[in-house]
Amino acid sequence: MTYRDAVHEALRDALQADPRVFLMGEDVGRYGGSYAVSKGLLEEFGPERIRDTPLSESAFVGAGIGAALGGLRPIVEVMTVNFSLLALDQIVNNAATLSHMSGGQLSVPLVIRLATGAGRQLAAQHSHSLEGWYAHIPGLRICAPATIEDARFMLAAALACPDPVLLFEHLYLYNMEGGVPPGLERVDLEHAAIRRAGKDVTLITYGWSLYKCLTAAEALAAQGIEAEVLDLRTLRPLDDAAIMASVRRTRRAVIVDEGWRSGSLSAELTTRIVEQAFYDLEAPVARVCTAEVPVPYAKHLEDAALPGPAAIEAAVRSVLARDGGG
Amino acid sequence: MSEAHEPAPTREEGLALLREMLRIRAFEDRCYRLYGEMKIRGFLHLYNGEEAVAVGTMQALEPSDAIVSTYREHGHAIARGIPMDRIMAELYGKQTGCSRGRGGSMHLFDASRGFYGGNAIVAGGLPIAVGLALAQALQHHRGITACFFGDGAVAEGEFHESLNLAALWRLPVLFLCENNLYAMGTALDRAQAETDITTKARAYRMEAAAVDGMDVFAVGAAVRSAARRVRAGGGPALLEMRTYRFRAHSMFDPQLYRDKAEIEAWQERGPVITLTRRLKALGLMSEEDYQRLEREAQTEVDAAVRFAEGSPWEPVSELERFVYAERAS
Repeated sequence: MTYRDAVHEALRDALQADPRVFLMGEDVGRYGGSYAVSKGLLEEFGPERIRDTPLSESAFVGAGIGAALGGLRPIVEVMTVNFSLLALDQIVNNAATLSHMSGGQLSVPLVIRLATGAGRQLAAQHSHSLEGWYAHIPGLRICAPATIEDARFMLAAALACPDPVLLFEHLYLYNMEGGVPPGLERVDLEHAAIRRAGKDVTLITYGWSLYKCLTAAEALAAQGIEAEVLDLRTLRPLDDAAIMASVRRTRRAVIVDEGWRSGSLSAELTTRIVEQAFYDLEAPVARVCTAEVPVPYAKHLEDAALPGPAAIEAAVRSVLARDGGG
Repeated sequence: MSEAHEPAPTREEGLALLREMLRIRAFEDRCYRLYGEMKIRGFLHLYNGEEAVAVGTMQALEPSDAIVSTYREHGHAIARGIPMDRIMAELYGKQTGCSRGRGGSMHLFDASRGFYGGNAIVAGGLPIAVGLALAQALQHHRGITACFFGDGAVAEGEFHESLNLAALWRLPVLFLCENNLYAMGTALDRAQAETDITTKARAYRMEAAAVDGMDVFAVGAAVRSAARRVRAGGGPALLEMRTYRFRAHSMFDPQLYRDKAEIEAWQERGPVITLTRRLKALGLMSEEDYQRLEREAQTEVDAAVRFAEGSPWEPVSELERFVYAERAS
């Protein structure tokens, strides 16, 4: 099963389980989804529930908010996070505010799925990782399914949540092959997950960077360094308890984020670790982020801009060198 | 002005409409004073002059309909039946306010009355109205969604995207443009190459009509007729309510962009004064009737102010409630 298949199956399950669920977005129907996630769903569920929209991000995201207020459970697909900026008004000014601003009278049980990230030579208007921006906003829940199991089951958890949930699917992951652990039928939106246990350093990450961290951890293990890899899964609210528990155990943290470093999610994570676990640290927190450039087209430049296993390894070694460990 | 007037009103109908407009007028005049006394803070956008639009519209809609409104929405909220004391308490920022003190003047909500809020982003409510109508259509509800916005909104992309989507999917939205000629201080003809808003709506293949927004009967007739077609599945419609605000845009507006003569000319054909004259001319209302209605409106506003003054503040310990939905434990 690929990550794409897992999201597809999640959509099918949701549409079968609840008549209030429908999917809308650009080219989700006849075209089958720009990343082919919704292929075949139009034939199975019909045009009322698999709705192709005009290129009107603000209107169809806002319509998702209205439909959620009106008792439905819309899943809105925004082709990429870059296009979601055209709907930023609806997401930030409406979806995130209506519950609070109405004194709790309204809730917006809306799920927005967005492709995010770089790695396919799509250049600066299709490659950015803006989920950290959204994680700034109270009222939103921000999730980043990185594994097949999360791709398969996070959607159901998001639909069961009464709040607006943004699911960021890294575009590099759609072709990834894998499976779901036998017996697993649901996941939550609350907890970070340790994807590799280790005692020397915690790599804190999410999305496609998870696999770069796992690759780096393998290489480090060959050098006798055991890295723990923590997959955040949910970027807002952050699972502080899991982050601090791991960092207190390993006493060192490296944050790996495909977002830029300035004013970022990695800055927020660093601050929280300093605020909550400063005296448990053996070395300053380190970060591996995308270079501070709009992501370029040429393969060698794009590769150089993004976090990669080599940079992660180097960051880990430098953190260990700071306290004389390793 | 394409909508024909309906037959002459009965005394009861006429007095009921005037009563509603006087309630709004009295409420807004009191808000003006209370702002000066610093009882109400934030932005305050008063509805004086536009009362016929809210009153004519709301009495033509049904309780099952959904309403999406703007930041100049006190009149809409009152005419929809939200208790005046809850609205005043919201303006005071009190716990008993219709948004528990979190919204203020620009964000009045009442889910039980299908009132989905004043939206302070110009045109920001239109996509939500499209979605509410989508929910009504997919669930085969009888209700329609009435969406208020001002003439300023037609310059926004969300206006065009929303009209197109509603028309494309034939959704039950009644778009109600309150054209008071100025987007804050910018006159329509200084912002729009095409100033006829109905022409824009027709470009999206929906029925559209301009209405004398100073005549509560014309508004009621137009909304009844358009709502009937929308409710029957005829797709969305747009009504351009031609109206005028008598007061400044907000409390911070010195009104440098329009002259007094223009304001006075519109005041002369204001909705309250013309209905009063008409009912008297038809012999349906005496001066005593009018005085009584005005007194009752003042009494209601007095009670609303007393309620707001006497209401508790939301405890600061509750500050972070409702950011996320509270699940039943």
